[in-house]
Amino acid sequence: MEKAIEVKDLRKSFKSAAVLKGVDFEVKRGEIFALLGSNGAGKTTIVKILATLLKPDGGTATVNGFDVAAHSENVRQSISLTGQFAAVDEILTGRENLIMIAKLRHLKNPRQVAADLLKRFGLVDAADRRASTYSGGMRRRLDIAMSLIGKPQLIFLDEPTTGLDPEARIEVWNVVKELANSGTTVFLTTQYLEEAEQLADQIAILHEGRIIVSGTLEELKKLFPPAKVEYVEKQPSLEELFLALIGKKEEK
Amino acid sequence: METTKKHFLSDIGVMLGRSMRHITRSMDTIITVCITPIAMMLLFVYVLGGAIQAGTDNYVNYLLPGILLMAIASGIAYTAFRLFMDMQSGIFERFHSMPIARSAVLWGHVLTSLVSNAISVIVIILVALIMGFRSSAGIVSWLAVAGILALVTLALTWIAVIPGLTAKSIDGASAFSYPLIFLPFISSAFVPTDSMPTVVRAFAENQPVTSIVDAIRALLSNQPVGSEIWIALAWCLGILIVAYLLAMLVYKRKAL
Repeated sequence: MEKAIEVKDLRKSFKSAAVLKGVDFEVKRGEIFALLGSNGAGKTTIVKILATLLKPDGGTATVNGFDVAAHSENVRQSISLTGQFAAVDEILTGRENLIMIAKLRHLKNPRQVAADLLKRFGLVDAADRRASTYSGGMRRRLDIAMSLIGKPQLIFLDEPTTGLDPEARIEVWNVVKELANSGTTVFLTTQYLEEAEQLADQIAILHEGRIIVSGTLEELKKLFPPAKVEYVEKQPSLEELFLALIGKKEEK
Repeated sequence: METTKKHFLSDIGVMLGRSMRHITRSMDTIITVCITPIAMMLLFVYVLGGAIQAGTDNYVNYLLPGILLMAIASGIAYTAFRLFMDMQSGIFERFHSMPIARSAVLWGHVLTSLVSNAISVIVIILVALIMGFRSSAGIVSWLAVAGILALVTLALTWIAVIPGLTAKSIDGASAFSYPLIFLPFISSAFVPTDSMPTVVRAFAENQPVTSIVDAIRALLSNQPVGSEIWIALAWCLGILIVAYLLAMLVYKRKAL
């Protein structure tokens, strides 16, 4: 059983609008898979179907060998979802959020699990503050930390960096890379090409309800005419400038 | 399948702990729920009470059951509110994609409603005691009163779950409670129904609040409860069952 996700001819409509018109793709175990698409392309719909939150109209989808519609219970045992909007309880503290999920996963020592994750995600100082006081990046880290509890084999990250500043985005990227190194399969959706380029082993592009291309970054690049050598004066991008300035400040 | 059933109660416990924290961290919700009924009680006892012929020398005693129902009716609006906020925030999606019984998520909210309403009912009874409320009822009668109030809370909470799950805005999520809060006015809660015009009286005497209020009043004043208590219980159970089934239907549609 090498495949973490297998999707065949997946279809979904909302009222009369067809969002998914026959989507096919596969995700291998242990890889980072990026689903790329513009706003409203149906990325979240796919995530919701795979995470058993939505029923497909047609086609099949299996996660870790289980059909999402027929064996949703088994699917839920092996996945974690980090939705588009940070799914943390804002009234609880970071620590309480983690303990709550650890209890719901029926782990033996919820307090210890929470303490370890707070450390790993650099949230120790903020542990006993309400999540509503967290910055966007901290909230996202807490969100992802909550998804790691119980060591699920597959993690869905639906636009994990949308709305984050560049620094927080890099923090999240590092977390995702670390995850993949530890053998977890990561299914990521994004509208940023750069993010897919940075992180993904496999990339699929969703457009108008279908996957129009998929493959590794190298394979996708081959689809275009061979690179031409041109001399262009390279100015630092504003983002590079911003990060360099901030980096300098922190060194002081 | 087995694991979610095995952990059903402990999962509900975690959910209850979670939303109880929401309440203890925003005590204003309990205060808001208590203030309007207490203000009503003060108004009716000290301003209007002198002119009301309720056939009793202690108007606080007469008034208290209706006031408690009003408090519960406004208290359950917060259940709809909390549920609505959960639906919005994405935390529901996290819970629903975890291997826990989905109904545990709803039961957590329902139990929280029971506990928070019990707190506001106790606060209001304490204020009523200061205002001169006295009861000769024994333990059994008090337990019966607690049982009726718990059943009313459960029934109304399951009604609240429906707008909590389906509302499109915060206002929509709590607007349903206004008619429920208003219902005690057209009942025997404030004045006996005898003085009302025929049509109003017919409505007042045949709506649930009157039988519930009369049953509680009889229990608290050690009077025979007669058939009122059975009518009251039938109303509560009937509403509870219908609201529960509807809420579950809506919930299943919303969440696969």
